[in-house]
Amino acid sequence: MSTVAYITARGLFGRRRALLLLPLPVLLIGLALLCRGYDVNPSDWATPVLVGLGLAVMLPVTALIVGTGVLGSEVDDGTIVHILTKPLPRRDIILPKLAVAVVVTAVTSAVPLFIGGMLASSARLGLGLAVGAAVGACAYSALFLLLSLLTRRPVLVGLVYILVWEGLLGRWVSGTKVLSIEQYVITIADRIAPHVLATRVSLPVAVVMAAVFVIGSTVFAVDRLRSFRMAGETS
Amino acid sequence: MSAGTVLELNNVSRWYGNVVAVNDVSLRLPAGVTGLLGPNGAGKTTLLHMMSGFLNPSRGTVTLGGEPTWRNPGVYRRLGLVAEREAVHGFLTAWEFVLASAKMHRLSDPRAAAVRALEMVEMTDAQDRRIETYSKGMRQRTRVAAALVHDPEVLLLDEPFNGMDPRQRMHMLELFHRLGADGRTIVFSSHILEEVEQVSGTVQVVVAGRLAASGDYRQIRRLMTNRPHVFAVQSSDDRRLAVALIGEKSVSGVEIDTGGLTVRASDYGSFTRALPRIALGQGIRLRKLLPSDESLESVFSYLLEA
Repeated sequence: MSTVAYITARGLFGRRRALLLLPLPVLLIGLALLCRGYDVNPSDWATPVLVGLGLAVMLPVTALIVGTGVLGSEVDDGTIVHILTKPLPRRDIILPKLAVAVVVTAVTSAVPLFIGGMLASSARLGLGLAVGAAVGACAYSALFLLLSLLTRRPVLVGLVYILVWEGLLGRWVSGTKVLSIEQYVITIADRIAPHVLATRVSLPVAVVMAAVFVIGSTVFAVDRLRSFRMAGETS
Repeated sequence: MSAGTVLELNNVSRWYGNVVAVNDVSLRLPAGVTGLLGPNGAGKTTLLHMMSGFLNPSRGTVTLGGEPTWRNPGVYRRLGLVAEREAVHGFLTAWEFVLASAKMHRLSDPRAAAVRALEMVEMTDAQDRRIETYSKGMRQRTRVAAALVHDPEVLLLDEPFNGMDPRQRMHMLELFHRLGADGRTIVFSSHILEEVEQVSGTVQVVVAGRLAASGDYRQIRRLMTNRPHVFAVQSSDDRRLAVALIGEKSVSGVEIDTGGLTVRASDYGSFTRALPRIALGQGIRLRKLLPSDESLESVFSYLLEA
């Protein structure tokens, strides 16, 4: 593990905000167990719990907490300067941070989704959701990491993307789905476990656009970090 | 230090919208200790941010050994920075923090470098405690150790003495002198005259974004000492005291109004010695003597006008 990744991981789990990662996965598994326990027909609860809560809320919110935590918090409190005053290519700072964000988001989201998928239908659905969540973790993390360098309020802007762009416009304006990571995740999960989830974009679009999000956001973030300006008094 | 590692600012200006923070500053900082002196808001931090590659000049160039510092992480092989903001990873111990710095510099023996840097700032005894448990001075020394771990040729420090007690301050100054004598360029900013006084190096005085004075500290101190001083004086007989004072060589002007006298003196020491003697000779009782322009800002403004 690189020193940057080590410091990032220690910083992420050393902050109280890491505790925010727990409630949503617990809620998802709890609801799935409850429905299973009361013999509710899976077709009645699988979509609202796994897609409505799991993919539309838990995955992006987890990625937002982690993605902004690995860089945005360091930018906020100024500790990023300690890392930036090293002769490291900025790529060697962004990539380890992105890797930490992706791994933590993927594990936190994919495991409960896998369990939820198994409880609702089969291991295949669980696998589809987990793989979709892993791809989504990459795309969301890259996007939210970039937001940490573009705005002083990355959490707010990220929430606007999740709630307004994906949650609201994604439902009513069909064109916005092409730029919705949630839709790519659903499409990829559906490819592995067909006929369970309703997809709205084709697989090639989902794969290519997810790659565009990951690569584009990462390249842009590296460039932005090269131009990092020290905040603080301008005296 | 090789001749190629001079830190140089050429006609550097930096503005934020309509506000000019730094105005056409040209500086060449060779090996040795340099104090960047100026009141708060003078532009010292902006200058240090540009020197350290964390801010681009709006106009002009900032180079280290001929290479631009902006968007050039390679300069950190030769440059160390201790920023003003006390930002450290509090969850790490000083040892972990300095060792992480050494590793990120990709030094051949990071452990040995971390040991040496922590010894240099006398933090070895407390190195295994988490930084968040340290006093402000200890945190500052830990940050200096992290900035020195790769043995940089140029070390920039923004208000490094903040939070340090006199003994730590003295130790840090000795360290700066030692590093300067070894051929390194040490640049530190301060708004406190006495801090700079103890550094027997060069001083760059910054006022309102401009370089107001530059050179040996003693010359600048003399300029500061010789500036006109303004005193507010009240006595039992202001009019008679005014007549007596105008004959004193160190007094360059006296104004009289209802609140007492406003006396301008060309020499602080001579005037403050002469005043009680004159008052005693005239049988006048002094009720108030107040230097009215002793703020740092007025000292710096005078330098700007000089």
